[in-house]
Amino acid sequence: MSNQQFLTLCLLPLAVFSLAFLALPLVQLLLGAAGSEAGWGIYLQILATPRYLSTLGQTVVISLLVTIAALLISTTAGLYLSRAQFRGRGLLISILTLPLAFPGVVIGFLIILLGGRQGLINQLTPGHVVFAYSSLGLFLGYLYFSIPRVLLTIMAAAEKLDPALEEAARTLGAGPLRVLRDVILPGLAPSLIAAGAIAFATAMGAFGTAFTLATNIDVLPMVIYTEFTLAANIAMASALSIVLGLVTWVLLLLARSYSGTTVAAGG
Amino acid sequence: MTLTLTNIGKTFADGTRAVRPTDLSVAEGEIVSLLGPSGCGKTTLLRMIAGLENPDAGGQIRFGDSDVTSQPVERRQVGMVFQSYALFPNMSLRANVGYGLKMQKLPRAELDARVEEVLALCRLEPYAERAVTALSGGQRQRVALARAIAPRPRVLLLDEPLSALDASLRDALRDELAELLRRFNITAIFVTHDQTEALAIADRVAVMQAGRIEQIGAPELLYRQPASRFVAEFVGDAMALEGRREGTSLQMRNGAVALPDAGAGHLPYVRAENIQISHTGPVSARVEAVTFLGTHYRVALSGLGDNMLYCTHQGDSAPRVGSEVRLAIPTAGIMMLPRSQESAR
Amino acid sequence: MRFTRLIPLFVTLLAAAFLIVPAILSILAGITANYFRGLSSGLTLRWIFEVWELYSGSIFLSLWIALCCLVATLLIGVPAAYWLARHPGRMARWLEEFVSLPLSIPGLALALALIQLYGSHLGFRTSWVFILTGHVLYTLPFMVRSVQAVLAGMDLATLEESAASLGAGPWQRFRDIALPGAMPGILAGALTVVTLSIGEFNLTWMLHTPYLKTLPVGLADAYASMRLEIASAYTLIFFVMIVPLLMAMQWASDRARRLTR
Repeated sequence: MSNQQFLTLCLLPLAVFSLAFLALPLVQLLLGAAGSEAGWGIYLQILATPRYLSTLGQTVVISLLVTIAALLISTTAGLYLSRAQFRGRGLLISILTLPLAFPGVVIGFLIILLGGRQGLINQLTPGHVVFAYSSLGLFLGYLYFSIPRVLLTIMAAAEKLDPALEEAARTLGAGPLRVLRDVILPGLAPSLIAAGAIAFATAMGAFGTAFTLATNIDVLPMVIYTEFTLAANIAMASALSIVLGLVTWVLLLLARSYSGTTVAAGG
Repeated sequence: MTLTLTNIGKTFADGTRAVRPTDLSVAEGEIVSLLGPSGCGKTTLLRMIAGLENPDAGGQIRFGDSDVTSQPVERRQVGMVFQSYALFPNMSLRANVGYGLKMQKLPRAELDARVEEVLALCRLEPYAERAVTALSGGQRQRVALARAIAPRPRVLLLDEPLSALDASLRDALRDELAELLRRFNITAIFVTHDQTEALAIADRVAVMQAGRIEQIGAPELLYRQPASRFVAEFVGDAMALEGRREGTSLQMRNGAVALPDAGAGHLPYVRAENIQISHTGPVSARVEAVTFLGTHYRVALSGLGDNMLYCTHQGDSAPRVGSEVRLAIPTAGIMMLPRSQESAR
Repeated sequence: MRFTRLIPLFVTLLAAAFLIVPAILSILAGITANYFRGLSSGLTLRWIFEVWELYSGSIFLSLWIALCCLVATLLIGVPAAYWLARHPGRMARWLEEFVSLPLSIPGLALALALIQLYGSHLGFRTSWVFILTGHVLYTLPFMVRSVQAVLAGMDLATLEESAASLGAGPWQRFRDIALPGAMPGILAGALTVVTLSIGEFNLTWMLHTPYLKTLPVGLADAYASMRLEIASAYTLIFFVMIVPLLMAMQWASDRARRLTR
């Protein structure tokens, strides 16, 4: 067998699998979206239907808020953990990164344990404080999901920063806050953009968390799910998934081009 | 095993002509060095002999009587030492050396015996069980060599085998490599950009330039009778003498020197060791810089032409910088080389 | 000065507490006799046993699918990563980008696509292989990238030329040079695949049938319809399975990344 034949053989299983279970299904999804009476106009229908539009807006707003919060928290913690040396640092890093592969449903349940009727907050406070099923609960669930992802991206970037730059700024008389503003944050900028895109994309597409928490809130994945299962509106579910898929794909492509890393999406 | 290349050229997909159609024949047991600056095509030529690149149509590579032009590398039975050594990091030293024999499906006992033999030949027995990552640069080089010769290849090919080493190690290992190659008594082609290596190791040196062999011959021949300005400059750093030719003498700015006989269109070149500082010399020059190099001084001289000339000066002391000295350039030390060819500089 | 230094520590601790406290709550709830009355009601393993009775089938199905998923991603992903490493360039980048689509497209959308194309093939649609297909689709890019990164970090081309000059054919070079070299990446990829497969919910929820429930699907079921203690005990079992895997996965990924440098 020649070298070229062997290499072709190596690619064959992937080619067959991707064609059968990725390329063709995605084509089918595109066709399915155009399969209703509206045809390709179904995308206009999304824009013309207030319920879908408000869902889209709500999903974007909550994803944006989660992105900002995750960036603030994870950048602070990530910079601190990549510099400070103290006992328990490794444990803290483990705690902050282990939830990376928790499925969204489990995170939803953890939020219920915090803010549900039998939740910790409700037990500790005198009044009835139940927020698990509200927008706040969903926000916290998405945040739980995003913190490890953003933290890993930031810490990887912080370790690559040249400490000499910071030291140079210090020798030139810059205080810690100036160093942060003039040296560290500009150095982290590509990773911040990448991490932000990851957080936003995962929040947009998060289904598991929404499935457990968003019984009363319209977020895009839940609407797709109900369109498909309850309304059997396959065309609309497909069209909405395509919109969602495009948004998350473009964002994560952007993230990769900025930092070269990808932390698992999904959930 | 004689090696014969006929009309071997290489044009890359982007149109670059790396090697122009070239003929070369290497006798049984001969060590030939391909010497030239980077980009001259020497490595491409070596890789074509190995079978790692395909030559352009019309070329032929023969090992002895067999035409191997279309044989893939794994069936060509060549031994190759790579520039980075390319030792398999997941195998021990012994497994590396035995790999080629394993590919030949040699019986276990014979394989072990052959590996032992090669390890002894290359003085590697003390390290045999080590991981290759735990070896020094010089040891890695010997492992690469041992691995290449263990399967008893028809031709041994070496691609810059000393360039990955520290400068301090290189001199010692060069002599060791020369001695090992003689002991293997194998047809070998050796690529290098370092003229000292080529002259020290090879029976014949082929100087390459812009994809073609400029001159091929014994080291002494190349050094003493370079065929072109390029060879003279690349091997032994010859310098052009500037001036006006009048019969058999050259009128320089500050005096004249006698030239050997040569046809028109030939220009005089000289090497640093053939310029002597002498009170009775016919030309004068100004000392611009003096570098002490242990065995001798290297003196930079100006005033003979537009370019600086250098001479080597033996002795306990050197002339002062800024002083005027007189120089003698013996006629026998001057080489007359054809005009209008590419320079090595 | 002192104060500004304390802020980052405070934020870090708060974030860690936010992530760990609910997890501890769920562990406690899973072994508390009556969570509503609190720990004073005593500790018990009763809920764990009950979960085992109710859901051990789901747990075993998940393990089985994870194992099959691992085998499939190894067979498909490792040779493909090798191909990609041997063909660096635009073609490989596009191919990698395409294969990585399941990383960036939500599982929900992928599941919809799969169901629309294959939903009518009932034998396939209702078998566990359908779920497996989704898992392979989702985890394959992790295997491919992990292996490819390690292969790209070693001087594969020269090592292979070297093996070829010693007489090794294509298959022998793959077996003797590429595979051993890629091992750290294969290990990291394998642990990632198993971890993600066991925890996969988004695709699985859409692809599963009432008779085929994986562990996370069972979890969602328990959250919706079981008492809190059982849901928690089930989550506890999930943690016990997934956390060691996660730690091994992070260790292996760090190791692979270090070796690549």
